[in-house]
Amino acid sequence: MPNRSFFWFFFPAGLAMILFIGLPIISTGIQSFYAQHDQILIEVKKCDPFGCKTSVVVDQEATSKIKEEKPLGKFNGFGTYIDRNHLASDQVSEFWSESKSLGEFIGKVGNLPFYKALLFTLTYCVIVTPCVLLLGFIIALSLNAISRKIRGPLIFGTILPMIVTPLVGSLVLFWMIDAEGIIGANLQILMDDPYLSVKSSKALTWITIIIYGVWHHSPFAFVVFYAALQTVPQEPLEASIIDGASRFQRVKHIVLPHIYPVVTFVALISLMDNFRVFEPIIGFSAEGSAQSLSWLIYDNLVNEEVILFGSAAATSIMTIVGISIILTPVLLRTWKEFRTNR
Amino acid sequence: MDFGLDKKSNSLKTFNTIFIVIWLLLACFPFIWTFWGSFKVRADFFSRADWWYAITAFNTLIETGASFTKEAYSGAWFEGEFWKASRNTVIVTISVVSISLFLGTLGAYALSRSTKNYAFWILIIALIFRAMPHITLVSGYLFPFFQLQIWGILPTTIVVLVAINQPFTLWLLYSFFKTVPKELDESALIDGCSYFQAFRHIIMPVMWPGVITAGLFSLMLAYNDFTVTALLLNQENHTMVPKIQSYLGTNQHEGNLMWAVSAVVSATAPLFLLVMFFQRQVISGLTAGAIKG
Repeated sequence: MPNRSFFWFFFPAGLAMILFIGLPIISTGIQSFYAQHDQILIEVKKCDPFGCKTSVVVDQEATSKIKEEKPLGKFNGFGTYIDRNHLASDQVSEFWSESKSLGEFIGKVGNLPFYKALLFTLTYCVIVTPCVLLLGFIIALSLNAISRKIRGPLIFGTILPMIVTPLVGSLVLFWMIDAEGIIGANLQILMDDPYLSVKSSKALTWITIIIYGVWHHSPFAFVVFYAALQTVPQEPLEASIIDGASRFQRVKHIVLPHIYPVVTFVALISLMDNFRVFEPIIGFSAEGSAQSLSWLIYDNLVNEEVILFGSAAATSIMTIVGISIILTPVLLRTWKEFRTNR
Repeated sequence: MDFGLDKKSNSLKTFNTIFIVIWLLLACFPFIWTFWGSFKVRADFFSRADWWYAITAFNTLIETGASFTKEAYSGAWFEGEFWKASRNTVIVTISVVSISLFLGTLGAYALSRSTKNYAFWILIIALIFRAMPHITLVSGYLFPFFQLQIWGILPTTIVVLVAINQPFTLWLLYSFFKTVPKELDESALIDGCSYFQAFRHIIMPVMWPGVITAGLFSLMLAYNDFTVTALLLNQENHTMVPKIQSYLGTNQHEGNLMWAVSAVVSATAPLFLLVMFFQRQVISGLTAGAIKG
């Protein structure tokens, strides 16, 4: 296709992506270097019959004036990145010199907001992604062995958790496992502990969100693996059966190598999706004990007093860096393939 | 993968069936339970005394005189103004689907028919854009949108959702267009069609399955979105998903939690029906990217 026609065909989609994905990333980058203005304080002298007092009050007029002049806030350089709510370089070096053991150091750092969120996000990714791959693969294998006639409705039932939005999915589960819901109440009876509730324990909350993640994402892995299973060639399978291979050996040596590219695809997509986990935290109202990077940004943006643009932007940029690290191996591979194809 | 020679043992078959049944229970029961509970009063569905009340409808009988009540629904839809939220969702969804299909088919057609290097790079950039967490983009939008005073209204959200949706739509449609043989539009070009005419009269008619699949995914994204709609729309213009969240926040009112339950059921039901009808397209869309590329 000539360049001219290509340009006009691609122009609308390209413009939309540049304006609303490319520019916002740049805008986030710029915002991250600014912080909201300090309030301007003035000393006011108040005199009454008993004497004079000076008190410090906020100069509302001057504060709103400077806000109007520079709506972006004051320039802060990398100040936001290294403050206590983000990388916390001062605190980390302080902990490093104070702590006697590595464990103590890690424990202290893990309590800083950013590292706490990073720890949860990574834990979630590292546990959920392999579980999703495994469960999706097992479901695909066993559904594939079921009679073709009833597979349709079974597939429909299987993909339900995936098609609802994470907020709704987590709410539906939360209402069941809550202390007043069907599973929560029965657990209390079973464990003989009337105060047992998911919300009260950090570990239980993490486990719940992780189980939710597996429940929500497995259907996606299932669908892709199921479709890939349909393309596995029959001849090698039949040959291996004649040679006496067991079911397990067949899956390991014939099916898995065949669908290997698909496995990496699913792993990549679920890794990217898991890294942005945040709606389940709202659905399970688990803000107290589980925070993710995306949740930190959301929390800054819905701040009631003043929206913390700079803080949210700094966390966003670091999230984008995290995503890029995850993506790099894939991009490198694609680039190599492209070079060899040329 | 129907092994003709494979004689499966009975124990394996039973084990397999049990596994599938357990999984289906896990996948579907929460929805069935919520649907059932949405017709009860709060004291039954969130019962402190005995969860069995949710089935026997103990309190529902006392409070309303019947074992099923539509109170939660009428509360949410009228008092809670869920009708407004669902109207907004319909507007947003229809606009997002039609605009993003229009942009997406044009763009993806150009990408699939170009042999230049830049087409490859555009696809890679689209992949990177696809990976961006939506909340990071929203943190980039908020400040400029406040300054331009276009925050809070539906058109802004629609355009943003279309843009966020483009990378995925482009990839999906690109893999579909690749399956349409080049000779088809090349012969039309030789006969004197312009590229646009070839696209409009030759390619589009055979592309309907792909377009329907891409449309379904745009629809699911727009319908299900929480991050963008919750932060870019004002209270008045909220769509269904942020509306459900707003019912959770105000727990003082006895009925509000049940409003959320009935709203969840109301929002989920159309989606389930849709997927039931278009199951084949959804599955082909999810696998298109994986199998072909």
